[in-house]
Amino acid sequence: MARPTDVEALRDELKTVGERGLITRGLGRSYGDPAQNAGGTVLDLTDWDTILDVDTAAPNVRVQAGISLDRLLRALLPLGLWLPVVPGTRQVTVGGAIAADVHGKNHHVDGSFGNHVSEFDILLASGDIVTAAPDGDNAELFWATVGGMGLTGVVLEATIQLKEVETSYFVVDTDRTANLSQMLTALETGDDDYTYSVAWFDTATTGDSLGRGVIMRGNTASREALDPDQRRAALEFAAPQRGRVPFELPVGLVNRFSAKAFNALWYAKSPRHRTDEIQDITQFFHPLDIVGDWNRVYGPKGFCQYQFVVPFGEEAAFTTIVETIAQSDHVSSLNVLKRFGPGNRAPLSFPISGWTLAVDLPVRAGLDALLNHLDQLVLAAGGRIYLAKDSRISAATFAQMYPRLDEFRASRARFDPTHTFRSDLSRRLDL
Amino acid sequence: MINALGIPQHILLLGGTSDIALAIAETYAAQAPNLTVTLAARSGDRRDAAVQQLSAKGCTVSAVDFEALDTASHGALIAGIDGDIDLAIVAFGLLGDPEEAWTDVEVARELAEVNYVGAVTTGVALAARIRTQGHGVIVALSSVAGERPRRSNFVYGSTKAGFDAFYTGLGEALRELGGRVLVVRPGFVKSKMTDGLDPAPLATTPEAVAEAVVAAVRDGKEQIWVPGTMRVVMSGLRHVPRVIFRRLPV
Repeated sequence: MARPTDVEALRDELKTVGERGLITRGLGRSYGDPAQNAGGTVLDLTDWDTILDVDTAAPNVRVQAGISLDRLLRALLPLGLWLPVVPGTRQVTVGGAIAADVHGKNHHVDGSFGNHVSEFDILLASGDIVTAAPDGDNAELFWATVGGMGLTGVVLEATIQLKEVETSYFVVDTDRTANLSQMLTALETGDDDYTYSVAWFDTATTGDSLGRGVIMRGNTASREALDPDQRRAALEFAAPQRGRVPFELPVGLVNRFSAKAFNALWYAKSPRHRTDEIQDITQFFHPLDIVGDWNRVYGPKGFCQYQFVVPFGEEAAFTTIVETIAQSDHVSSLNVLKRFGPGNRAPLSFPISGWTLAVDLPVRAGLDALLNHLDQLVLAAGGRIYLAKDSRISAATFAQMYPRLDEFRASRARFDPTHTFRSDLSRRLDL
Repeated sequence: MINALGIPQHILLLGGTSDIALAIAETYAAQAPNLTVTLAARSGDRRDAAVQQLSAKGCTVSAVDFEALDTASHGALIAGIDGDIDLAIVAFGLLGDPEEAWTDVEVARELAEVNYVGAVTTGVALAARIRTQGHGVIVALSSVAGERPRRSNFVYGSTKAGFDAFYTGLGEALRELGGRVLVVRPGFVKSKMTDGLDPAPLATTPEAVAEAVVAAVRDGKEQIWVPGTMRVVMSGLRHVPRVIFRRLPV
C-alpha cells in the first residue's frame, strides 16, 4: 500500500511499478476486488480530500478525488447545495464514484454519477495529466474512465455539477404492496412523480405473496413543508447514527431463519399507505448507516452482494429470477428494487433502462451454483451485473453481458498500453 | 483469482493423474464454468485420459511433463506455467511395498525422494510463484500415516510426516504474503494407489476428499482430516503409549 502525498510521488510510483501493476483505492467500499491488487501496489488517495472551489452560481464544486461524499455533502448543505447522485452509502470517494459510475435512488430521473461530472484531471500511465470532459477531444478518455474501475489512470481532481436545495429533509410517501406484480405496476405508474424512488421487498416468501414489499418515494422538502423546529435548522446535516456493531461476531447472526423472520417483520412494521412524511437524510437515504458496521452481523464468512438489471419488457424473466431466489434455500434480507432510466455513453457503466435488484446472500455451500444460474437468467434477458458489487462472476459471462467491453479494452490499450493499472478484478475478468 | 465463493480460475495439478487430484478438479469444474487446469504429470496414456476426462467436464486443459524424481527441474517447470496459479494441488506420491521399503535401499530412497524431497522442491517453487502473485492456495495431500507412523508402513509414514511438517510450516511462511496452504490428512482412500489393499477402518473415497477440500478452501481452513472423525481418532492415537500402540490392530 502506498500513500503518495503529491503528484511527483505519484509519478514515482508509476515509474517504479512492478509487473503486477498498481491500482487506486478510495474508502474500500466496493463489495469485490476492484481495489485489491495481489502482488502489486495499491495507492491510497484518501488524503487527497480538499474542496478546491465552490461556484454557487453554476452551481458546481471542484474537489480532489479522494474526498468522501459524506464530507462533501456536509460542506455543501449549509450553502443550499446537494450532490446530484448519492449511492447507498456516503462513505465513498469522488474518484470511486466516477470509477464505478455509481447510481442513486434518482437514476430514473437524473442518471448516474458520471452524467454530472463536467470535467476531471487524470494522471495517465505516461505520467501526463490530462483534462477530460464528456465532449471534445478527450471524450473517449472521459467515458472509459467513468465506470472504468480505475484502469485508465488516477483521477486527481473533478468538477461536479450540483443541485440547489432549500432543506436537508425529504417528503416521503410509503406504500406496501401485496406481491411482485403489484409492486412493478406501482413503480411503473408512480415513479415519474418522484425524484427518489426505491423499493424493498421480501425474497423469502413464495406463492401468492412472492415479492410483497414496501415502496418508498420522495422529493426534497421545501422550507414550507417543515415544522418550525425543523425549519430553524433546515440545512443542517441530520444523519444520526444510533449504535455500532462493536466487533465481528464469531458466527453470523444471519441465517435462513433469522433472515426469513427479518423479512416478515420488516414487511409487517411498514405502513400500508402513508404520505407526506418528513424524513432526514439517514432515514430516507441510508437507513443502514443508523447502525455502524452493520455488515459485521454476517460473521467472518460475510456475504455476497448480487445486483443485476434486466431491460423493461423482461418482467417475466425478472419474476423468474425472484422466484428462483425465493425457492432456493439462500435467503437475502436487504433486497433493493428500483427502475433505472437510460444509461450513459460509458462502455462499462452498469445502468441501462430497466429493473434493477440487489440482494445480499450469506456465503455458504451451494451459493455459487445459485448465482451461476442467476447469471444465465440475467444474460438471457439481455441484462447485466454491477461490477462494484461483483466478486465472483466468470470472465466469459461478464463479456457477454457487456457487449461494449472490446471498446473499453481498446481505450485501455490506448491510454495505458502496458497495463500499468491493474487490479484483482481486471485479472479475474480479463478487462 | 480465487473468487469470493472460493472458486479458482486456474488449477495446477502436480501428480495430474492422481484420483484425488482429478476428483478435486472435477468438483470445481462442476461449479466453475471455464475452469483452466494445468496437468503436471508423466506423459503417457494415463495423462491423456486425464486430459480427456477434464475436457469432457468443460475445462480448458493443458499438460506439462513432470517427473517427481527430477527435483532439479521443478523450479523452472513451475515458473514457466502461464497465468496466475490460483490453486495448486500437490498430489504425487508413492505408497510402495512396505516390507521392501525398509529392507531395500533403492526402494526406500525412491519413496523418500518422491514423497519428501520432490514435495519440498515443488513446494519451494510454488512459494516463489505465490510471493510474486501475492495470492494463491496450495492444497498439500498429506496422510494420517504421517501423524503416528506404524510398523506396517513406517517408511511411507515417515515421508508423509516430513511432508506434513514442511507444508504446515510453508503455510505459516506464506500467510503474511497473501498465500495459504491447506494440509489435507486423509485416512485410507480407496483409489489406484491402494488397489488390492484391504480398506482400513474409516476408509474414504477420492470424491469425499474432493468435497472436503473444496469446502475447506472456501472456508479458508489450513488443515483438515478426511473423514472429519479421523481428527479425533488420531488425536487419541498420538498419545497411546508405544507398548500398547504396537498391539493395536491399526
